[in-house]
Amino acid sequence: MQEMIRVDNLEKIFYSQSYMEIKALTEVNLSVPGNEFLCILGPSGCGKSTLLRIIAGLETASSGKVFYNGQEHTKPRREIGMVFQSYSLMPWLTVLDNIALGLEFAGLSRPKRISIAEEYLDMIGMNSFGKAFPYELSGGMQQRVAIARALANNPEVLLMDEPFGALDAYTRIVMQKELLRIWEQHKKTILFVTHSVDEAVYLGDRIILMSGSPGRIKKDIAITMPRVRERRNPLYGKLTEELLALLEEA
Amino acid sequence: MHKTIKTIILSLILPVLLMVIWQFSAWQVNNAAIIPTIGRVVENFINASDNFIGLGSIPRNVGVSLIRVLSGYTAGVLIAVPLGVLMGYSKTVQIIFETFINIFKPIPPLAWQPLALAIFGVSSIASLLNMPFGQNYVFWGNFKIAMVFLIGMGSFFPIVASVMFGVQNVRQTLIDSARVLGASEKDIFFKVLMPAAAPSIINGLRMGLAIGWACLVGAEMLPGSLAGVGYLITHAYELARTDLVITGMICIGLVGALLDSIFRIIANKYFSWESKTR
Ligand SMILES: Nc1ncnc2c1ncn2[C@@H]1O[C@H](COP(=O)(O)OP(=O)(O)O)[C@@H](O)[C@H]1O
Ligand SMILES: [Mg+2]
Repeated sequence: MQEMIRVDNLEKIFYSQSYMEIKALTEVNLSVPGNEFLCILGPSGCGKSTLLRIIAGLETASSGKVFYNGQEHTKPRREIGMVFQSYSLMPWLTVLDNIALGLEFAGLSRPKRISIAEEYLDMIGMNSFGKAFPYELSGGMQQRVAIARALANNPEVLLMDEPFGALDAYTRIVMQKELLRIWEQHKKTILFVTHSVDEAVYLGDRIILMSGSPGRIKKDIAITMPRVRERRNPLYGKLTEELLALLEEA
Repeated sequence: MHKTIKTIILSLILPVLLMVIWQFSAWQVNNAAIIPTIGRVVENFINASDNFIGLGSIPRNVGVSLIRVLSGYTAGVLIAVPLGVLMGYSKTVQIIFETFINIFKPIPPLAWQPLALAIFGVSSIASLLNMPFGQNYVFWGNFKIAMVFLIGMGSFFPIVASVMFGVQNVRQTLIDSARVLGASEKDIFFKVLMPAAAPSIINGLRMGLAIGWACLVGAEMLPGSLAGVGYLITHAYELARTDLVITGMICIGLVGALLDSIFRIIANKYFSWESKTR
């Protein structure tokens, strides 16, 4: 499969309020082929969000480059969507208008964008919630809507920054299943950030393990286990333990 | 139903208590120039359309005051809202204006009275618009630029502060979400920042009007005024008509509360999402 995202020798330095240098990322190299489900795993503070935000074009790199489809890329673009951890829906818009937001920015007429938004509302199984406001939804439902909103823009790449991190354990498992279904149906390239080993093993074609201060890629692990992965499968447990051990060293 | 009755009863306890104390003291003092009885004040409201101490009816005076406050308020809003938005949006604009504004903010609007008078004199909306002399001129001559300025000053600061706060405190995730969905800078401004800041903007408009309205009595002490509730109060005081002073005060309180409730209704109707969003 063709390379969709490439990251070349990326470095990111933040300056604290006292002008201290914080090296959030260093020597990050990454190549993501189309349709891959890539999980980025690492302890909190190791620079996962920063990496994703640079790939999204929300943050600039201190040095190094990001390529999308072979072209250098620095600004947000419709082809690369993103889902945040929580509270990213516009609270003054209904669910349907939220899903249609990217299409509104693209200049589609209201009837057109609402009819597309309705398809995606259907996809997440929330037909009866189109006119609801975000505050009327549970956390899991809000994340469903955020995913639908990103997908309604029909991006090639979906960046997800701990999208299920704020959900309870059960809802989280349900959402993981649903995300896999959507990914298989729509064939997107997904970069999924998580600090949960279990989540990475359940979802990823490949796991990038990061370590902190300064943030770098420590290990690149392909997961060949067929889907749907069973958590009680001994291989699943073995992988999880290996990764946990690596994470402890990280 | 039961609940609304309870609300009404609870909110009436203090006003009724105040009235009891008032009436009791009026009997004790027995001097209408100090404390008139409730009956005297109620009488004024019953005969509201009478010509009071040569200044016209109560509704006319309230009307004149309302137009004064609304013209000063409008001027304040027209400057404060765009300025507050720009200060919230651009750090540079904020730095340019903030110190300047902070120096003027603590000055109570009424301290501007002498200066306002010196600068604007007795020019009015009528003379500003170059109206021909006649009934219209006399009416619009009531609205002195100096008064409009004072009331505008009063409204200005709370509006600027609240609007700026609203624009600055839009959650970064909302802006980022819009960017990754392909929003242009213009989209960010009109479709994210403005709606997200709208509740704060409305709140600023509400406080601005309350303060503008509260500046009324001071503004109407300026020379060249022959009507308005504030002027009515000042003039009634000079004639020892305390009943009329209280009547005017009640009018100011009631109209102020009414204006405020208009904003509350708007906020509840259109911005209920704000209080319900964590
Ligand atoms: N805007 C910023 N300013 C200064 N430091 C930052 C900023 N964003 C992130 N950092 C720092 O960069 C490091 C990586 O942060 P982040 O990418 O959020 O980590 P993660 O998502 O893996 O938890 C942390 O040390 C964090 O404090
Ligand atoms: Mg993070």
